[in-house]
Amino acid sequence: MWFHSIGLLLRGVRVTFDLFLLQLFTGVALGAIYVLVALGLSLIFGLLTIVNFAHSQFFMLGAYVGAFIMGFVGNFWLALVGVPIVVGLIGMVCERFLIRPLYGRGIDYPLLLTFGLGLIILEIVRMLAGTAGIPFGTPPSLSGAVDLGVFFFPKYRLFLIGITAVILVGLWLFLERTSYGLIIRAGARDQEIVQILGIDVSKVWLVVFGVGIALAGLAGLLAAPIRGVFPEMGVPVLVEAFVVTVVGGMGSLFGAVVAGLLVGITVSFTSFYFPQMATLSMFLLMALVLIFRPRGLFGRAGLLD
Amino acid sequence: MSSKAERNALDVDRTGEQRQVRMPALIDLIARHRVLAAIVFLMVLPWATPYEALAINILIFGLYAIGFNLIFGYAGMLSFGHAAFFGLGAYGCGIPIAKFGFPWFVALPLGVAVAGLAAAIIGWLAIRARGIYFAMVTLALSQIVYYVVFQWVSLTGGEDGLRGVAVNSIDIFGLRLNMLDPMTKYYAILVIVAVALWLFSRILNSPFGGVLEAIRENEKRAAACGYDIKGTRWLAFLLSGLFSGLAGALYAMHLSVVPIETLHYFNSAIVVMMALLGGMGTFFGPFLGALVYLLLEDIITVITVHWQLFVGALFVFLILFFPRGIWGSLLHWMKQ
Repeated sequence: MWFHSIGLLLRGVRVTFDLFLLQLFTGVALGAIYVLVALGLSLIFGLLTIVNFAHSQFFMLGAYVGAFIMGFVGNFWLALVGVPIVVGLIGMVCERFLIRPLYGRGIDYPLLLTFGLGLIILEIVRMLAGTAGIPFGTPPSLSGAVDLGVFFFPKYRLFLIGITAVILVGLWLFLERTSYGLIIRAGARDQEIVQILGIDVSKVWLVVFGVGIALAGLAGLLAAPIRGVFPEMGVPVLVEAFVVTVVGGMGSLFGAVVAGLLVGITVSFTSFYFPQMATLSMFLLMALVLIFRPRGLFGRAGLLD
Repeated sequence: MSSKAERNALDVDRTGEQRQVRMPALIDLIARHRVLAAIVFLMVLPWATPYEALAINILIFGLYAIGFNLIFGYAGMLSFGHAAFFGLGAYGCGIPIAKFGFPWFVALPLGVAVAGLAAAIIGWLAIRARGIYFAMVTLALSQIVYYVVFQWVSLTGGEDGLRGVAVNSIDIFGLRLNMLDPMTKYYAILVIVAVALWLFSRILNSPFGGVLEAIRENEKRAAACGYDIKGTRWLAFLLSGLFSGLAGALYAMHLSVVPIETLHYFNSAIVVMMALLGGMGTFFGPFLGALVYLLLEDIITVITVHWQLFVGALFVFLILFFPRGIWGSLLHWMKQ
């Protein structure tokens, strides 16, 4: 009799362990979106010292541009290539004509300008595409679930984790292994010296801003099948991205990745065990980090002085 | 060195009122008696606006913007979470009236106290975040307040807002003021705003106000002089939250409902816009900003539903071409 109850107990443990793994995977998939958004934000801040308050609206724009491309050619993979290019270019135009005049005029100015820019993007999307939102299904080749041995997992979320990993590796190679990446890293450390060495820093900033915005647009497209496509879809994203950046440390790309996953996993677990605390859990995490390590987990000291 | 002399030595505002520069007599007079000038201006305001409710909104949002300006203009810290204090002031005043039948003179200080408590806690956390972090952290923390109020439907009414904050009449010194009459309501609220303005001016003129501006201009030097940077900033944030909370509490009494939008982050942006539009770091700027903003809103929302497009464009325009704002530019132009 006793071995029967132990068997039951073990099965119970196994079930909770499966659930634990499932929640962990869900959290990582959720965190993948946070990572992409926060990465763009951190990249832009690291080099341009601008907090981009319009970031979430470029995220939303990415989803809409994706839906538009899908409506035209009906191919998700083409949208995946087209969205970062289109949104990145729009971002570069904004940098060139709106943000560039503000360099050297204090940190609050670009912040406020990008907030206004975000409102303009939001309202233009509302005017062109309506306030109701548009349907955006999971691409057929990525719908359904896949058996991971211990549990079934939605195929699309697995794809989300995979593509984020690919983007991270690509970005890392770009920054660490190309000569242009070297210029960017040098510019982040000391732009004056880079300028003296005869490099046009403003061109570097333009590219970095474009890459950061492209990442936001891509994240918007990837989030579209999960979050839905509507004009206000970016609003919570901005706050989430801020939380991730504060936890990870402003301007640290590694910090953005770790904190993005950490926040995703935290939200995933609290929404399972304490659903009413789901939205609050990430803020509690941020408060803890602020109390014990105000510059964030991987923030550089002195960056914000 | 006395604090007064200290302040004069450091008194080279970015935009603001310079007390040592010669200015035309009228401006000089206004600058000298700024509280009185503001009150006189506000007393004639209802005759200059299209309708009284708009004048009351200008009064309340003007106070909100002045409170915000303490942290943005005078302390030089951009808070993006002041909707939390305005909204909590409104709910903190509205809930005791609507749910527990408290009289207004108990509910009003309660609202201010709730906002102050939130400002103390949020300030304590946000002050740790330096520079550019500050705007992000205040925005994120104010979202907590939004979510909690949004979900606590039984107490706050959630998405529909809080209803039934009825203050129909106020009995004071044997006088019965009919708060359903917009003019009476305007002047009743003006009395409270006038007291707040006087207090605000006193705070700015106090040694504390001087230290605050000194920290804004040169943090390291102020620290070297022995001033407590963190403590001063925290106190400024708390005071700023109290003034915003008072504005919110008055808003609840004025509308007799509290919409959830009072806590929305757009409400935080509005007050930034008002301070910017009027001229940050100036005494009259925020009020002027509130006046112009609300008048514009009143006109444009009649023509189009895409009001936010204009708000966005106005932000971009102000930052690029007009960063001193209206009053700030006027002062700058006078000095030339």
